This record gives sequence, C-alpha cells and structure tokens, in this order.
Amino acid sequence: MSAPKENVVVADRAMAPYWEAARAGRLLLRRCSACSELHYYPRPLCPFCLSSEGEWVEASGEGVIYSWSVERRANPPYAIAFVTLREGPTLMSNIVECDLDGLSVGQAVRLQFEEREGQPVPVFKPA
Amino acid sequence: MTIKGKAYIAGIYEHPTRKAEGIPLAQLHAEVAKGALDDAGLTVADVDGYFCAGDAPGLGGFSMAEYMGLRVRQTDCTETGGSSYIAHLNHASQAIATGKIKVALITLAGKPRTGGAPPGRPPMAVIPPDAPFELPFKPTVLNLYAMCARRHMHEFGTTSEQLAWIKVAASHHAQHNPHAMLREVVTVDEVVNSPIVADPLHRLDCCVVSDGGGALVVVAPEIAAQLQRPKVRILGAGEAIKHTNGGEMDITWSGAVWSGAKAFEEAGVRPADIKYVSVYDSFTITVLMQLEDLGFCAKGEGGRFVSDGNLISGVGKLPFNTDGGGLCNNHPGNRGGMTKVLEAVRQLRGEAHPAVQVKNCDLALAHGTGGYLPTRHGSATVILERA
Repeated sequence: MSAPKENVVVADRAMAPYWEAARAGRLLLRRCSACSELHYYPRPLCPFCLSSEGEWVEASGEGVIYSWSVERRANPPYAIAFVTLREGPTLMSNIVECDLDGLSVGQAVRLQFEEREGQPVPVFKPA
Repeated sequence: MTIKGKAYIAGIYEHPTRKAEGIPLAQLHAEVAKGALDDAGLTVADVDGYFCAGDAPGLGGFSMAEYMGLRVRQTDCTETGGSSYIAHLNHASQAIATGKIKVALITLAGKPRTGGAPPGRPPMAVIPPDAPFELPFKPTVLNLYAMCARRHMHEFGTTSEQLAWIKVAASHHAQHNPHAMLREVVTVDEVVNSPIVADPLHRLDCCVVSDGGGALVVVAPEIAAQLQRPKVRILGAGEAIKHTNGGEMDITWSGAVWSGAKAFEEAGVRPADIKYVSVYDSFTITVLMQLEDLGFCAKGEGGRFVSDGNLISGVGKLPFNTDGGGLCNNHPGNRGGMTKVLEAVRQLRGEAHPAVQVKNCDLALAHGTGGYLPTRHGSATVILERA
C-alpha cells in the first residue's frame, strides 16, 4: 500500500481521545453536533459539513461483514474486511480467530482489540 | 464552454518494451514523447503544454521539461493514479479550447519490473489521514479489489465464471499483439482453476506487471488541419473522485457513474452509439463494474453482459481492449489510463490489428480508474470520434 509504515499514528492532538480509548478497549466514532451525522474514520472537522463541533460516541462493538477477502499469498494468510457497525458507519478491519474458509457477507462479528506494532487497533471476530 | 470538437489527438506512441532493463524512467518518457511527436508530424519545438503524473521523475514536470528541452506555457501534473492521463487529455483539451496552448504533450512511463516505483505504490510524500485507520489491517491492491468483487457477487449474483469471460476476451485479442506479455488464449475453466490470490479473485483475474510507457499529442483544430495522419476528435470528457464518504460506503459502483455521465452529456451521444470501448482492466472486476457504471448495461447485469464472448471483437456486441489490455498486453507503471487511449485511437484510425479492428469504428470511449476501487479512486472518461 501507499504509506511508508503499516501502523502510523501521527502526532495528532484531536485524535488523542480515540487512541486513548483504543488502549482501554473501546472504539470511538465521531458525531457532528451541527448536522448530527456519524462518521468514521474520525476527523475533527465533519466530512459532511466541515463543522468543527462534534462529540465522541462509543461503538457498541456489534457489526456485520459488508465484504471480505483472504490474502492467500501472505504467510500466514489473513482476512481483511469492511465491517458495518450497528451504529451505521463501515470501516476497514481484520476478521481474526476465525475459519478463513467460513466467512460470509452479512455474518455477525464482534469487536476486540489487537496490538499492531504496539498500538491497539479495532479488529473483529465471528459473534 | 465545451471541449467538444475543439481539440484533436494528432499523435500516439506506445513503448514496445515490457522490461526496461538499464533504461531509466526519464529516457522512457523522452522516447515515448519523441514517438508520439513523430507520429503526429510535429517536433518538440511545437509543444507549448506538458502534462505528466506522479510517474514522471523529479518535481512536477520540471525535470522532464528540462530533459526533453521543452519550453511550455502551461503544465499540469494532476495525479489521479492510472486515470491521470485521461484527466490530462481533458485538461489539455480545455487549455486548447480556451486558446492557452496549441500543442499538448502527455507522457507516461513506469518500471515496476526493473526498479522503478514498486508495483501498486504511487508516490506519496505525506502520510494520508486514512493511513492509521487502514494500514494496520494490511490492505493490498489485490484484497481491496477482491472485496468489490465479493460484494458485487453478494448483491447481484455475479460469478467467477462471468468475471473469467473478461480475461478470456482480453486473451483472444492479445494473441494478435506481438508485444503482449500474455499471448496465449485462455478459457473460462483455466481462469477459474488458476490459484486464488485474494478471494474471490484468481491469478488470471489480475493484470500483468510491466515496464513501458506511452504518449499522446493533442492539438488545436488549425494544427490538426495541417497534419497528414488520420484525425481523432475529442467529443467530451468527465472526471470524478469517489471515496469512503465518512463510512457510508457502497463499493459495488465506481466514480465512472459520474465521470461517464459527464462525458456522454458533453459529447451528446449515448452508450449504445459507442462502437469500441477501452476500459481499465487492473482486474476483471474493474472492467465489469465500469461497464455497468458507464451505462453499457444496467447495474448488476454486468456478469451476464460480459459472458459468452460479448467483449470479443468480431464476436460480441461491445469489443473492448483489443490490444489485450492490462490483463494480457501491458500495464506500464501500474497505470492503465494511457494505454486505454492509445488503443481507442488505433481503432478510430483503422490501425488496430486487422484481426481485431472494429468495422466502421467512428466512435469510441476510453475510461480509466486510478487508486483503490473500494476506498478512494479517481475516474476519468473520454469520448473520441473519427474526424
């Protein structure tokens, strides 16, 4: 892919609550106070109206697989997916602790966190 | 204000190399520039506008302008990945239509096989804001496009066999191209029985990785009138960016929905009028989605539309990528937009290989996608007419 490192948490004051919550095993979404839209990945300016007034909302951790693939040439192979959260937004993640031949679109999955290069990131496993 | 009929493609060139051992990027750019200017019957002194993307070495167009001795009044380094060169064609036409320039040169070159930028890696000096939320999950070009295929299969019942027909059609065309990397005709069975690289995509659903390049010379009508080669008129163009939209995603369609509609509107023609189409074929699914999005069939009907040889010249209703495309011929620098225009121009000139030349080919469309289909990509469409 495009950037120099796999896991780049840039020095970013506005996103500090997101990464702190991740360390506590919680996934935060962003809701705009002006237009009320939820969005992900989180930004300090709403991508629907550019308002800088917003609040953090904790995701329930429930979601379904919107689409998935298994990178077969990797060693070991791994599952990547877009997961649609119960709250609405769809995000990129991995499906872990799963049968790589048993995944399906619409399958219910549950949030957990895994460390990637020392940084906890949201992943999902079959519910 | 429109570009319709106000600019002409006067020269084209495709570099014959597929493995440019010992030839630096700058030389490839200059060689394709010379080839396209020779084809047009113009010289480097005639060029007053230069267009290149992130594959050109150096900052913007500076280094290549210097290397080739260009003196230009307008330059444009729009970087939209593989769709860049079709966007450049649009921008060059705009600059010509408004009288800013008269002769535009557009170049592409890449060396993913022999030490240029590694495959699938556009130059990106600054870390994009999406990176911390995506890169930990190891997205690759393969698994990203595969997820579009998976969702398309889920929503519309598209099958691997239907996708395979796209590769089969490309291979039928490539057998006639002496420069093509893969000239062997393949069958649906061979495609679906090739190894899965990223579910549901097989190895033969993927394009080749090649070195090479290409160039276009675009001119004002009064210049075109003085030239000897067959002329190709630009009728309309459109561009779009599609992204993840704050997480409200639908990855079954591409920005071609927008760029195609704009191009058809400007050209004043309809999909049914198009005799030949060049569409970006990084993967079979890319072709299928774009054909739907450009309006050649209804959304979700792409699988049936591409089946049974419908894309094979002389067999089906919509001949596509008659040079073998990225799936079989070449994919210079992992950027397919340039070669799409080159084969569309050959078809309109009547200079495609006789075995794949479309009869009475007077109207063609070329479309490119750049970037990553499910997350963020650029789309660019151009409609061309034999003058």
